[in-house]
Amino acid sequence: MTAGPLSGSGRLMGALYRGADSDLAYSFRRNPVVVTAAIVTLLYFFGAAFADWIAPHTPFDPSTLSLGDAEKPPAWIEGGDWSYLLGTDNQGRDIFSTILYGSRLSLIVGFSAVIFSVVLGVGLGVTSGYFGGWYESIVMRAADVQLTLPSILVALMVDGVARAIFAGTDIKTDATFAIYVLIFAIGISAWPQYARVVRSATLVEKSKDYVAAARVIGIPSWRIMLRHVLPNTMGPVLVIGTIDLALAIITEATLSFLGVGIPPTQPSLGTLIRVGQEFLFSGQWWITLFPALALVLLVLAVNLLGDWLRDALNPKLR
Amino acid sequence: MFSYLVNRVIQSIGVLLVVALLSFVIFNYVGDPINNMVGQEATLEDREELRERLGLNDSVIVQFLRFVGNAAEGEFGISYQFQRKVSDLILERMPATLELVFVSAIFALAAGIGLGVYTGLRRDSWLSRFVLTTSLIGVSLPTFVIGILLIYIFSVTLEWLPSFGRGDTVRLGSWDSGLLTGSGWLAIILPAITLGLFQLTIILRLVRAEMLEVLRTDYIKFARARGLSRRAVNFGHALKNTMVPVITIAGLQIGTLIAFSIITETVFQWPGMGLLFIQGVEFADVPIMGAYLLLAAIAFVAINLIVDLLYAAVDPRLRVSAQRGTGTA
Repeated sequence: MTAGPLSGSGRLMGALYRGADSDLAYSFRRNPVVVTAAIVTLLYFFGAAFADWIAPHTPFDPSTLSLGDAEKPPAWIEGGDWSYLLGTDNQGRDIFSTILYGSRLSLIVGFSAVIFSVVLGVGLGVTSGYFGGWYESIVMRAADVQLTLPSILVALMVDGVARAIFAGTDIKTDATFAIYVLIFAIGISAWPQYARVVRSATLVEKSKDYVAAARVIGIPSWRIMLRHVLPNTMGPVLVIGTIDLALAIITEATLSFLGVGIPPTQPSLGTLIRVGQEFLFSGQWWITLFPALALVLLVLAVNLLGDWLRDALNPKLR
Repeated sequence: MFSYLVNRVIQSIGVLLVVALLSFVIFNYVGDPINNMVGQEATLEDREELRERLGLNDSVIVQFLRFVGNAAEGEFGISYQFQRKVSDLILERMPATLELVFVSAIFALAAGIGLGVYTGLRRDSWLSRFVLTTSLIGVSLPTFVIGILLIYIFSVTLEWLPSFGRGDTVRLGSWDSGLLTGSGWLAIILPAITLGLFQLTIILRLVRAEMLEVLRTDYIKFARARGLSRRAVNFGHALKNTMVPVITIAGLQIGTLIAFSIITETVFQWPGMGLLFIQGVEFADVPIMGAYLLLAAIAFVAINLIVDLLYAAVDPRLRVSAQRGTGTA
């Protein structure tokens, strides 16, 4: 990173131009499936970010609900109403609006959990690879122990213990609290992958001359790790992170579906599916199947992006 | 080989001790066990007496050793929620889970290997393409969504199969079996498919990839040149040589099946250990959670160990230089 003669905006334009001209962008443009997946993902981000403006109804404001509109089927089925595109649930809430708000929660939890596990895993991975010794063995053995159990079980356990700790208090039923617990539980369940990958990449980088040179001229360890080693380990982290985002969204939905995630007062996609499941038997399939479809579409799109990124960043496949 | 074996066993015991420690910490420090056992009106002396009687005043190390000893005897205390011994509850629920895992493992293996061989042999047929595309979508479907879809199709719309419970069970000693009655078999179909579908896709892709690899080798060409029947070549030579990685992955996947049975059991209200565990998490029932954690860890460590040892037994290269990382589930 040398400071060139260019001004700030000129550098930005240069970076954008190089970005649009790179191998990555080329392989992106060449692949229609990936472009579709990216558009779908962006639509979800957009819908989640601007749910307050896009959603045709305010499903969680009881004063706007009317039981007269309850259990309406999707608009194109007889008895449907075009102001409720995907139908309504038993309390007259618009399904399309609840899906928008639900996706927002799912994405917030998913993203935060991934960021949490990246920070934790990359931090532990870089430091353990760089310093080595007993610290490294403790971190890596901890990763081994955790990898013995599937991540969903770890997330469930952490979630359960957090619930047990706060069992007596009234914050347990609070939706915001549930969100923090979920982010923590899902984040904790995924750190070992990052730690392993980053540690082995750090071991490789550490033995190279530029790190030795940096050390010789007296740059402090934290700065070498942060500015020199870390940027060279980011490729695989980006790939794992994308695939992990899909997994985190699934895990959040699963925990909420199991009834130990986000409470129904402010439902995520998983909660919506859980709450709607009982109406499946009385014929109101849209209450649960549309949120399920929304979840599957989101996960599929993110998964496709992750797969493409893995192949595109893999030099062996170029 | 011997040092490898000893190494792996020691490693496994280490993992179990760590998990036991976690489980012990959950038992003893999450919420106050005394508060959970006595009523509101208990006096301070009563509490102190109970504390003494339960051994909560002993040193932490003594308590931990006692905990491990009790756990080894299958003793995990009393469930807060059901007011019954956790060991009894788990024993009651275990047959349901094991039968479900067993049936879905068989389903995943049979269908996975069958479809894997077919898609490997007939790479370009439309059926192969269809199977592969479907399996790609299948990987993106969360377990509970698969369950809900199956319920909607086969229970609600077609009304062919039951959507919850185990059907009629027959008591064999202490084992409640659902596999001996017609309604039991009908009831297990949907949960077993739901649970096994993900494993099926993994095995399918693995077998297909291995078949494609093996079919290119010289000894397959030679077998064909010798004029052996297609069947002997495809199954006697090719399939047989794909089995080593399949055994490994399939073994590890059984562990995953146990974990994911929690979700399937919730969708289908299947009265197994997973449902018990979820109820434990929901009601902050610490003894059930701790016991399940320990049991699950034992199951996973045992499966990992067996798979690693099997692998070493099958693959001679590993017997010589045996320094592999821990198998992951």
